[in-house]
Amino acid sequence: MKQFKHLIKPYLVWAFVIIVIPLILIALYAFTEEGNEVLTLAFTWKNFAKFLETTYLSVILKSFKLGIITTVICLVAGYPLAFIISKFSEKVQSLLILLVTIPMWINMLLRTYAWMNLLSDNGIINYLLGIVGISPVSMMYTDFSVIVGLVCNFMPFMIIPIHTSLSKMDKSYIEAAYDLGANKLQTFTRVIWKLSIPGVLNGIMMVFLLSISTFVIPKLLGGGQYMLIGNLIESQFISVGDWNFGSAISLILAVLILIFMSFMKKMDKDE
Amino acid sequence: MKKNSKFAAFYMGVIFLLMYIPIAVVIVFSFNESKLPVSFTGFSLKWYRQLFADSDMLEALRNSLVLGVLSCGISAVIGTFGAVGLSRIHWKTKGALEYISILPLMIPEIILGMVLMAFFYMLGLPFGMLTLLIGHTVFCVPYILMEVKARLVGMDPSLEEAARDLGAGAFRAFLDVTLPLIMPAVISGSLLAFAMSMDDVVISIFVNGPRISTLPIKVYTQLKTGVTPEINALCTIMLAVTLLVLLLRSIFARRKNK
Repeated sequence: MKQFKHLIKPYLVWAFVIIVIPLILIALYAFTEEGNEVLTLAFTWKNFAKFLETTYLSVILKSFKLGIITTVICLVAGYPLAFIISKFSEKVQSLLILLVTIPMWINMLLRTYAWMNLLSDNGIINYLLGIVGISPVSMMYTDFSVIVGLVCNFMPFMIIPIHTSLSKMDKSYIEAAYDLGANKLQTFTRVIWKLSIPGVLNGIMMVFLLSISTFVIPKLLGGGQYMLIGNLIESQFISVGDWNFGSAISLILAVLILIFMSFMKKMDKDE
Repeated sequence: MKKNSKFAAFYMGVIFLLMYIPIAVVIVFSFNESKLPVSFTGFSLKWYRQLFADSDMLEALRNSLVLGVLSCGISAVIGTFGAVGLSRIHWKTKGALEYISILPLMIPEIILGMVLMAFFYMLGLPFGMLTLLIGHTVFCVPYILMEVKARLVGMDPSLEEAARDLGAGAFRAFLDVTLPLIMPAVISGSLLAFAMSMDDVVISIFVNGPRISTLPIKVYTQLKTGVTPEINALCTIMLAVTLLVLLLRSIFARRKNK
């Protein structure tokens, strides 16, 4: 089976040219002066120092706040659903999981737009409220609308890993717990929850990473002025044109993600 | 116990409704006669007609289709090379290479988008169809590579060896034995990649040129300015395309298993 080993070579060329080199390039941008040609490098910390200004720090704090809120809501709402699904027969389970997965395939724009339809000032929710006699509530372009969008977009990423670890679980552990006299609550907290932790950690990781790096959802549901890390990066590249600063933010985001992932991995190992 | 399961069913229903009602609303109102997206006044196809009369829209549709077909075709070749190559090397760096191969799906889309934008700028490539094509290929390759790799892991290596023992050359054995066996994975990976390319917004925003636009980009720019009934129709069409591709993929997977 040594033949066709050389097929790896064209692939390696592709992977290095298009994945590795561009990533190195961003690191170069982040540490160099504004408007620098790649050929004349001048090292600087300026781009990172800029990040410490309060305007930018508040953006990162807000991103983290929204990311944490979204993750918590997804976990609290998604865990019971994954648990309920795992109680059905295998056939029904795969059907229900399909129902959870389909929205993941549907364009993110569409799912976000769908909520704009419902939440806007003259949208359906306000129309229905009007029929009942309640004056319209302004829901669009607030933290609320952004969180609704994030939660509904990323919920499946929480449900699926939790369901996987719940359905993989050896049922004899649960029977053993009952046999040893544990009640329902004890069985859940001491056995089921503990065994599902890898799935929970996976779900938390996915939802949190997706929600702190998105920029389309906050832009559409939060309005043009709404700034999260993703929007900040996008605006540096698309409208402001300060690529060095944009690269520095991306580098910080990437490092934060790596720290977060290794922390989650460590928790997973400790369990 | 009975009460419990009723509550469970109710809870499940609520979550599924929250997931599906907004999408259903978009589809229903794409057939609405009135411009206001609040009450259904009568069935009409006029938003679809308006959509297909819009030459910008048709141009964007054409771009999206060309891009989807080309990027998934190119990715199928690169991804298959990569998967076959990765399965046959025993280098120390294999683990790292496998990690790099799925990196485009691991790093946040926004970072991948800006990385490519800066890279293309440095190379002096004109932003347009070419940069879009390379950008889409970058994130399409891993989908195909992963599927083919999974298929190769499950494949019996003695099949190809048998062909060799029976006198087939290395190339012949690969073409007649291995390739047909991995073909289903190549096709199902490609369909997935096509769906992803048709739906992509983030990477496209960074690497598209000033004059070129894909369908999702068109939707995105229009959404920033406000909601129109044509967008309902456009979103419904895009939804139908995605579901069709996934349906094809599952039919294909079922046939493969038989």
